[in-house]
Amino acid sequence: MTQGLRKVYPAPSSRGRRDGAPPGRGPGGPPGAPRRNDAAARGRSGHGDSNDIVALVGLDLEIRGGEFFGLLGPNGAGKTTTIGILTTRVRATAGRGVVAGADVGVEAVAVRQRIGVVPQRPNPDRSLSVLDNLVFHAAYFGIPRGRATARAHALLEQFEIDARADAKVDELSGGQQQRLMIARALIHEPRVIFLDEPTVGLDPQARRSLWDILRDLHAQGRTIVMTTHYMEEADRLCERLAIVDEGRLLALDTPAALRARAPGGTLVELMLDGDAGPAAALVQTVPYVTDVSARDGVLRVYSERGGQIIPALIDRIQSGGRSVTNINLAAPSLETLFLSLTGKKLD
Amino acid sequence: MSATTATRSDPIIGTPVDRTVRASTVFIALLRRDVRVARRELPYFLVRTVMQPIMFIVVFGYLLPRMGFVRGSYSAALVPGVLALSLALAAVQSVTLPMVQDFGWSHEIEDRLLAPIPIPLIAAEKIVMGVLQGVIAAIVVLPVARVIMGPIPGLTLAHTGALVVVTVVGASTFSALGLLIGSVIRPEQIGLMFSIIIAPMIFFGCAYYPWRGLDVVPVVQYAVLINPLVYVAEGMRGALTPDLPHMSLAVVTGAQLVILTVFCTLGMRSFMRRAVG
Repeated sequence: MTQGLRKVYPAPSSRGRRDGAPPGRGPGGPPGAPRRNDAAARGRSGHGDSNDIVALVGLDLEIRGGEFFGLLGPNGAGKTTTIGILTTRVRATAGRGVVAGADVGVEAVAVRQRIGVVPQRPNPDRSLSVLDNLVFHAAYFGIPRGRATARAHALLEQFEIDARADAKVDELSGGQQQRLMIARALIHEPRVIFLDEPTVGLDPQARRSLWDILRDLHAQGRTIVMTTHYMEEADRLCERLAIVDEGRLLALDTPAALRARAPGGTLVELMLDGDAGPAAALVQTVPYVTDVSARDGVLRVYSERGGQIIPALIDRIQSGGRSVTNINLAAPSLETLFLSLTGKKLD
Repeated sequence: MSATTATRSDPIIGTPVDRTVRASTVFIALLRRDVRVARRELPYFLVRTVMQPIMFIVVFGYLLPRMGFVRGSYSAALVPGVLALSLALAAVQSVTLPMVQDFGWSHEIEDRLLAPIPIPLIAAEKIVMGVLQGVIAAIVVLPVARVIMGPIPGLTLAHTGALVVVTVVGASTFSALGLLIGSVIRPEQIGLMFSIIIAPMIFFGCAYYPWRGLDVVPVVQYAVLINPLVYVAEGMRGALTPDLPHMSLAVVTGAQLVILTVFCTLGMRSFMRRAVG
């Protein structure tokens, strides 16, 4: 066997937990009833061993039923691993995950029954036509052919790919394939939908149309858990956001509350022609500067007066023998919060 | 597990989970999907699995006897072996090739791994598909061989029971081997698989000569016993040309069941490792 060739990726240990009663609408409950208060997720993870790549260190999350929840973080933050564990595709090293009332470790089949998953990269069944991708997926969930076909057409129509129903999957554009993936995730009417970076690689128009679809799904009362590394996407769509990095939960709140937590003032980012460390000390005393940090050749200064302090900053930096090669300005945002939490940019 | 109640518009998800029934429903749906794909790819499948045995039959069963290099009785030893080989190759390849693709880069199997069925049953479904294709290959090759070679001395279809057992158990063994190989090797190793696993298996599998004949080199005769193809070929001889020397069917079946169990266990284990991260 060639086991040794594999990269020892998972020693992820995660404990995800979704508690809760079954969906709020009991038998006979009116359609369009208020949000379910069922699902909740907690994740927590421990440590891997020396050589293992630890994807999740300790994650506790609780996601409410009917919520549009976002996991925001850079590549490698552990978002996909978290989704993998909660969708039963990755085994947690430690900890527990409960999705819509079923334990991902113990009742994987029950979990799979209740979830729909939209993967990071479209992975349609290329041996089947567009329509059959949906009809067969429905069959895997025990939905009879007639009903599945009707539902598949309805979904394809809703996502504006019905004209390509009999086409090969390869003939669809990237955006159309992604919509097909969402249709596939919905064909069996799951309670919870997981989307892993659903808009990566889409052009702006396709991205916007996907956002509309997701908003509609959420309005129908579904629980949506989405990972993204696009701030704007997280900000616009999600009701609550978990900011994760290096397998840790850094912050968890509504986008508005998170924005409010962003360090005050405008971020002035100055690229220097050498190590920014000494310059950081020099600019500290410039008026209206609230905070300063340095990382390699990048100096980050938070200013209460926006870009007005730039000339003074440049003066100080030059007095220290460095020159400025580039300058960026950013208003307080999730981006600046993320920077202040992790010291890194989110791309 | 906690009670399952209805999401509003879906009575199917809403009904309490009946694992046994649902698993079989899902299993059949998975099988239907693979049958659909296999049916469309039937011409490629036939070319892939039947070409080599047929060439062999043409050269060794038709041309060489005519040239006088081989005795006519050789064809009686050849036909069961070639049949075993076609069956084995078809079963292995029909499981291995798509699986290497799936796990290697296409990840198309993901939608099935999200189906509400225990993962080992997804692997089991692959084995069933491999058996089906192995049996079809055998059914196609036998009449073709008969047509090319003309009358084959000692060939009989009287022992149907034995033939069915040897065929099904043999196809299962190789299908399980396909699962093991398919879930272990990487796409770039497919070429290597043919030269390291498949080629030696074919040449030391007693497909082209009876096992008894190897007693001229005892070391080889016992060394080849680790080769699962030996038992299928010898089993075919026992079922199709029982008057010619062959291993006893009891030994053949026993050995096959042992090998089948080993391949199934290892194959399931490695499939699970690839399927669940």
